Amino acid sequence: MSGDGGRAIDFEDALGYLLPWEFSLTWSAACLMAILLYLRGLRQRRLRGDATGVRRSVAYLLGVAATYVVTQTHYDYLAQYMFFTHRAQHLVLHHAAPFLIALAAPLPVLADGLPARIRHFPGKGLAVDLLSPLYRLLQHPLIAPVLFVGLIYFWLIPEIHFDAMLSADLYQVMNWSMALDGLLFWWLILDRRTPQQGGLGYGKRIAILLAVIPPQILLGAYIAFSREVIFDVYEVCGRAWPLDPLDDQRLGGLITWVPATMMSAIGVLIILSFLFRDARNEDLARANHPVQ
Amino acid sequence: MGKWVVPVLVSLWLTGCGEQEWQTKDISGLMPPLEFTLTDEKGNTVDVESFRGEPTLLFFGFTHCPDVCPTTLARLGTAIKRLDDDTQEDMQVLFVSVDPARDDPETLKEYTDAFGPQFVGLTGDKEALDALTRRYRVTYGYGEKDDNGNYDVSHSSAVFAFNDLGEVRLLIRDSDPLEAVVADLERLADDT
Repeated sequence: MSGDGGRAIDFEDALGYLLPWEFSLTWSAACLMAILLYLRGLRQRRLRGDATGVRRSVAYLLGVAATYVVTQTHYDYLAQYMFFTHRAQHLVLHHAAPFLIALAAPLPVLADGLPARIRHFPGKGLAVDLLSPLYRLLQHPLIAPVLFVGLIYFWLIPEIHFDAMLSADLYQVMNWSMALDGLLFWWLILDRRTPQQGGLGYGKRIAILLAVIPPQILLGAYIAFSREVIFDVYEVCGRAWPLDPLDDQRLGGLITWVPATMMSAIGVLIILSFLFRDARNEDLARANHPVQ
Repeated sequence: MGKWVVPVLVSLWLTGCGEQEWQTKDISGLMPPLEFTLTDEKGNTVDVESFRGEPTLLFFGFTHCPDVCPTTLARLGTAIKRLDDDTQEDMQVLFVSVDPARDDPETLKEYTDAFGPQFVGLTGDKEALDALTRRYRVTYGYGEKDDNGNYDVSHSSAVFAFNDLGEVRLLIRDSDPLEAVVADLERLADDT
């Protein structure tokens, strides 16, 4: 084989890794729409003369891109045939990517990106009325953390995990539920509105972030320290490469445990920065309008 | 928690249907019917048509496999010997090697003959193997070669069971008791 031929094959292989393992219209369309709407919104705002923070835009685009990478590239293959790579996929879908997206507070930009026709469609009020009770329920400060931790536990019940990894449809339901719940949770926590503007109180946000740590540590440690294989589906379906099942499980347990709970710590730091920002703004307001 | 979840789920699932139940994992309708083009123990290209009309068990492995393959195949052999004579004869077990580099037709023949007349060795190139493993949502992979050129192969440990029409019925796991496997193989032979 000539050197050129070898390179061509390498290039093809590399390209293959970027293509979806199992193409999903829902993931591809959702990610593509999220990017296109945002870019369109950015352009509209620039034409209008409104500034959009570069760091926010980068966080948003990175979050959407990460979601795309773990669901619609060859990474999805690894996530289906190895436990620890599966846990890393869920770390991105449920923790890291929605965290970045929520941190970017992209709603105003996305709204600007919507074509006017859709922005003012007649059923909008009705849809909001119908969905807002459900939204308020899911975003209740007691329900949101239970849902956040509950979903991690639910999909890791061995029998349910087995079915989810074996059935193509259930697999999609699992990943979507993680991504949507992640968005809801971090949206609630990283809400840019101050408590006075309708955002959740900072104390409650910190309490929620701290409350979800122990159950994740418990689950991660239980998996990491287990001496038996808990999730036999990777044996049943075969692993992407021959890795000792217990090593695979230990790594998966550690991913469920350490980086997942570190996200809470980062979240607390960000809430504290919100708090200081609000205090600074109040001081400034007071300095400009001294009480008579 | 795992102690009660499984029985509860299983009983919920059992109350759903009235018929006699499969005792290993029922995957009817979850996966497509059996289909492949592979190389048999004589080096001929064969497809699923050569195996239609009889209940078929499908297992992926490699002949250098130290534990899972011989154990699973021997257990299937034991289960098949417990069936009545006619059913025994009808049953066919397809052992698909995912290590074609080491498993040529002769090696495969020697290997499968040791487990019984029902066992047939098949293999194929990467494309053919990928198509079949992907069809049943399983995979395989190779480890690093050691100094002697030996390497480990990861593969599915499950046995897929098809009725005589080639429709998928069961996924049999290592953890399933032998009695359950025997009962299900009997039922599979009657299933059309």
